[in-house]
Amino acid sequence: MDLNITDEQYEIVSAVRSFLSDRCPADVVRASEPDGFDPDLYSSFCEMAGPTIGVPEKLGGGGASLLDLELVCEQIGGFLAPIPFIEGAVACRALASSGDPGSQLLDELIAEPATAATIALCPAVDGTAKLVPYGPVARLVIAMDAGELVVVDGHSPGVSRANLGSSSLADRSLRHPGRTVLATGETARATYGLALDEWRTLMSGALVGLGEAALAIGVEYAKNRVQFGSPIGSFQSIARDLADAATLVDGARLLAREAAWAQSDDEGQFAPLASMAFLFATRAARRASNVALHVHGGYGFTLEYDIQLYYRRAQAWPLRLGDPRRGAADLADALFGPVEAR
Amino acid sequence: MDFRLGPKSDAFRAEVRAFLDEHLDEETIERAHRTGTNHDKEFHRAIGRQGWLAATWPAEYGGQERDPFEMTALRDELRLAGAPTDGMGLSVIVCQTIRRVATEEQKADFLPRALAGEICMSLGYSEPDSGSDVASIKTTATRDGDEWVINGQKMFTTLAHVADYVFLLARTNHDVPKHKGLTMFLVPLDSPGIEIHPVHTVGGERTNATFYTDVRISDHHRIGEVDRGWDVMTIALTFERGGFGLSEADRVWEQVVEWAKETRRPDGTRVIDDPYVRERLATMRTNNEVARLLAYRTSFVAATGGLPGVEGSMHKLFYAESMTADAAELVDMLGAEGVLQRGEDGAPVYGWVEHLFRHAAVTTIYGGTSEMQRSIIAERGLGLPRSGR
Repeated sequence: MDLNITDEQYEIVSAVRSFLSDRCPADVVRASEPDGFDPDLYSSFCEMAGPTIGVPEKLGGGGASLLDLELVCEQIGGFLAPIPFIEGAVACRALASSGDPGSQLLDELIAEPATAATIALCPAVDGTAKLVPYGPVARLVIAMDAGELVVVDGHSPGVSRANLGSSSLADRSLRHPGRTVLATGETARATYGLALDEWRTLMSGALVGLGEAALAIGVEYAKNRVQFGSPIGSFQSIARDLADAATLVDGARLLAREAAWAQSDDEGQFAPLASMAFLFATRAARRASNVALHVHGGYGFTLEYDIQLYYRRAQAWPLRLGDPRRGAADLADALFGPVEAR
Repeated sequence: MDFRLGPKSDAFRAEVRAFLDEHLDEETIERAHRTGTNHDKEFHRAIGRQGWLAATWPAEYGGQERDPFEMTALRDELRLAGAPTDGMGLSVIVCQTIRRVATEEQKADFLPRALAGEICMSLGYSEPDSGSDVASIKTTATRDGDEWVINGQKMFTTLAHVADYVFLLARTNHDVPKHKGLTMFLVPLDSPGIEIHPVHTVGGERTNATFYTDVRISDHHRIGEVDRGWDVMTIALTFERGGFGLSEADRVWEQVVEWAKETRRPDGTRVIDDPYVRERLATMRTNNEVARLLAYRTSFVAATGGLPGVEGSMHKLFYAESMTADAAELVDMLGAEGVLQRGEDGAPVYGWVEHLFRHAAVTTIYGGTSEMQRSIIAERGLGLPRSGR
């Protein structure tokens, strides 16, 4: 057993953290609202670590493992960075695993990593993918459409929709001249299923980062805010909630990393672990941001304080994939097999 | 990163399973459950003969020098099997502490017998008026020549009725701050003047209240320096937390899944196909995985030379609290029959869920309450100012 990250991973994480700390402070996050996308930030980020780093080296990518990507996503979540890294990385890996039909587009992405690519996380309805993350700005969209795994190339930018998490979201038409079928039938389902599990894992990482950062804000506030003559962090009802949230976040981090590790090292367990990680990271991020907001008292619900940025996103981000409790039902299918036909 | 315990642990795990097949029968498990005494002399000796009470110890003590991950595998298997291990846990805590603070003469007297499983230890810290605030204890030890005379009362002296010694904290100095006037003793439980009264818990376990009236012991039974008992207990507490990975929550979860797959409702549907059942079991499985990872992290910190204080507290807090919440969900999930106890006809999952519900509440309190764990996490982990208690 080794729960430490490697020196190489530590270097990547440090570089990403220092970049985001410099380039993505809260006012940059605020300035990206309501669109939820910062193109300048994204192109600079891609010069350091674009979403093609997760593509195998033999295909021209960076050869990063899912765990490497998860570690990067913890940082992205911690800074609430408005960039399509998670969806982009998942889309690139799906393209890479689809062979010939996607290879030309993949080459273009590798040549131009800041080209935004994304994946539709909900099944398309009548040829339209609903509420696609970064749908307003992505050139490439990967989606399941009537049993086919497709990639659609071309700007048909949907209209960004006002939403709780100030995310970049739009419907995208898949019946488009730039539509390429990547796979059909069982292969399509398997590739898309794997992509969703990778998304769950990377989003778990982002939620862990979000929860950790929200908690740090709450802890800092509790240390400095004085009421009744004492820092409020010395009051047990405050300390108790922060301690519980810290425990959830630590547990969620271990589980997200375990899921990411399993993708390459314990394949049989990857799908259930990805579902568990996503369920738990959702719970941890929501609890941590809720507690941290609450610790602020009245200031917590003012727009002026940053904690509201975290609180809204902790609720909104997991919903890209739909009702989280539905996720528990999917996990049950993975653990216990399907419900017996009557 | 690597989340596997590793080949050494896997090999040891197989060894432990084979041992349990041979030495642990249903009757022993059932007896422990029925009596609430989670200790069996024969089984304890068998573990001792196997060298597993000293599994992590250096060879000079007859130990096997196993690493924390092998110990995790050992404890996992014992818990999954439902083995009666209270005596093992308590004896290891006391022996580890003796090894660090006792004299060579004391080590030679107590350790070989204890590590062989010939004798068993219990703990005597808590008192009726001193729980989390242990330093406020009132039991006294008064020097009389080469002897000490002990008077007072201890609470929750688990296994005192079957153990040979109690590791007892007593006040030896009234003229100094409360932490500084305490001394630790290893008191033979067959000494005249000791009375043991049973205390039964909601979890079905039997513990004890123990009474000490003019109990005379030699200075040979003093462990550590006079008035330094607090330091001795602090060392002992570091051996009390963490260490196991899988738990009774994992065991019961597996039993429930198996039962739910093979049990049908009057309408012919399998229990496992009920969406309320599926969601609860999936959620509990997730919590169990997190508890296991928090436990493994504790072992990892210890294995890499750290002192897992906050990590151990996070594991203890999460394991106990989530097991309590999940056990309540499982009882609800079983409906009206969920209340039926082990031995009753038609008790779902052989009554193990009803038992887990009662047992889980106990785990949030013993070994340091959830409230104490939260204080440790808040103050030492998050750096929040010390609370007014």
